[in-house]
Amino acid sequence: MKKLLMASAAIALATSTAFAGSHATEVKLGILIGFTGPIESLTGPMAGGAELAMKEVSDSGKLLDAATVTSMRADSGCIDNGLATSNAERLIADGINGLIGGDCSGITGAVLQNVAIPNGMVMISPSATSPGLSTMEDNNLFFRTSPSDSREGQVMAIILQEHGVKSIALTYTNNDYGKGLADAIKTSFEAVGGEVTIYAAHEDGKADYSAEVGALASAGGDLLVVAGYLDQGGLGIIQAALDTGAFDTFGLPGGMIGENLPKNVGPDLDGSYGQYASSEGKGPDTFNKMAEAAGFDGTSPYAPESYDAAALFMFAMQAADSTDPAKYGSHIFDVANAPGEKIYPGELAKGLEIIAGGGDIDYVGASSVELIGPGESAGTYREIVVKDGKNVTVKFH
Amino acid sequence: MDFLNAIVAISNYILVPGIAYGSQLALGALGATLVYGILRFSNFAHGDTMAFGTMVTILVTWWMQSVGISLGGVLPTALLALPFGILGCMALVLFTDRFVYRFYRRQKAKPVILVIVSMGVMFIMNGVVRFIIGPNDQRFADGERFIISARDFKAMTGLREGLAIKTTQGITVITAVIVVVLLFWFLNRTRTGKSMRAYSDNEDLALLSGINPERVVMYTWLIVAALATVAGTLYGLDKTFKPFTYFQLLLPIFAAAIVGGLGNPLGAIAGGYIIAFSEVTITYAWKKVLKYLMPESLEPSSLVQLLSTDYKFAVSFAILLIVLLFRPTGLFAGKAS
Repeated sequence: MKKLLMASAAIALATSTAFAGSHATEVKLGILIGFTGPIESLTGPMAGGAELAMKEVSDSGKLLDAATVTSMRADSGCIDNGLATSNAERLIADGINGLIGGDCSGITGAVLQNVAIPNGMVMISPSATSPGLSTMEDNNLFFRTSPSDSREGQVMAIILQEHGVKSIALTYTNNDYGKGLADAIKTSFEAVGGEVTIYAAHEDGKADYSAEVGALASAGGDLLVVAGYLDQGGLGIIQAALDTGAFDTFGLPGGMIGENLPKNVGPDLDGSYGQYASSEGKGPDTFNKMAEAAGFDGTSPYAPESYDAAALFMFAMQAADSTDPAKYGSHIFDVANAPGEKIYPGELAKGLEIIAGGGDIDYVGASSVELIGPGESAGTYREIVVKDGKNVTVKFH
Repeated sequence: MDFLNAIVAISNYILVPGIAYGSQLALGALGATLVYGILRFSNFAHGDTMAFGTMVTILVTWWMQSVGISLGGVLPTALLALPFGILGCMALVLFTDRFVYRFYRRQKAKPVILVIVSMGVMFIMNGVVRFIIGPNDQRFADGERFIISARDFKAMTGLREGLAIKTTQGITVITAVIVVVLLFWFLNRTRTGKSMRAYSDNEDLALLSGINPERVVMYTWLIVAALATVAGTLYGLDKTFKPFTYFQLLLPIFAAAIVGGLGNPLGAIAGGYIIAFSEVTITYAWKKVLKYLMPESLEPSSLVQLLSTDYKFAVSFAILLIVLLFRPTGLFAGKAS
């Protein structure tokens, strides 16, 4: 046993010095998101977004000594802590230089504490939005290109107010993400004078939500806000609420917005509205075109954030002139924020050149990246309304 | 008017879902109780037997939908596919009995060993179902969704509360009644049914009077397969089909069978409805109903909910414990002691 430990320590030492000694000609970025589980319909475009950035940089040959960036996908299951941490450990054993992920807030916290911190690995999550992650001790290893849900709560309260909603029934999926978001919505909505008639959890993966809907209906309210997942309990709740005629209109936060929801629910969903983290302007437009050319949907939630997460890693590595997480981690803020030249999607090579020439960049990217406080995006939100079975953009907040 | 509104609200959120869910549980519990009464062990694989039968039904339904066979667009196609599901499930249980249970029966294994064996069978069936159809939700309901929808009901009656009855809920109740009538006719009136009851009451005496035990066992499995498939398909039509939820159904099903008295078919039916209604009523928030019934000054400001809906499964557990503590043989005095 002792020998084995010695040997593995020696090998680890040898590989890390090998990495530090010469510039790696290969950079490996792990993508740890839920390819199975409650948000599986979103993760395809997310991985597509991240890999698009990696390909762009590899093709340019501008990163470090013309390094190629390869992606290593692994499944987090979105809500399966065991699966997520073991896959994260596997990725680290495979020698990744940075970890894009996790996706859902619960497993992100678990991976951060159990894998990233002990191994000194930097994580950039494109989609973990729980306010709890802002205050978690992270040794400056954790960043996210998505905003915290406390911001989403404020935005949702404003949108509800604009629609003249006085009271809401609120149900959330029973995990870190759902609870955090529901707390934020409740606090913000009550702060602007709204009433929350009921605040109840629902479990994902059940066949029948009639009891939950019964309680929600009994409490009443102008509309039902479902802080859940569109492929899971959130869908079940909406279906059961429509079946029993308990509610006609629904408030849909980020986790509930995707093509699948109007498709599965049908015309009854028309008129429901909500918001998700997304921005407008040059960044997303360019990104959408690039995504279309690459064969995936760039407007899918968190796909732009995934592109940006991958880009931030590579810029920080360039700025630190190293692929060692301990070295480049402190540069993530620098490349993401002003001062410097603004860099949009498709201009990664230009950004890398500027950094290599000793200049400064302000990465805007596909989702208007602006890191604040504990390393999270300030966040702009897209308000949508469901019309004729499609999510139609109303405006930005 | 307020009184009517209260009645409609209760029907919409308690009576209709409760009766449908209770019927599904009752059919499931009937299967479990028959295995216990005649083969003398608790079949933990029952939930997954249901899943298997339902899976075959779903696959045949999909095939029928793809070639355009339907019930005129009103009733779900799955009803046409149901006999095939039952046949598939019968083949499966006869296969497991021939290769697993018969070995232990010949050895006169104790019931507790058979229970553990059935757990093994459960895990294998679990895997087989997931392997064939996958672990995700499958939708296979088609046809008219509602007998009456909440919106239509409100427009028709002018009441503030709506009443929705889904087609699947109607089908569930009608099918359950037909199946139960057939089952009791079979057990009480036919020669085979009588020999099954005789075998259940006293195995040795039944053997002495010339009853062939292997035939009794075979018929039991065939009936259990039919019940399980019907129960599973109705549950899947009414809610959704997902292998894991069928595995979870095991708890309320056994709670129903035990509350009614394991081995007693009548008890299984009563147990099904008791469990279903306690789950629904205890977790229901009564605010809405009380608001209609009480004078304005007494209106409740809280939700008047005994238990949060998170504890739904705990309700079946609690009832199970109470019955086992105070009346171990169940309400209808089954064979368990």
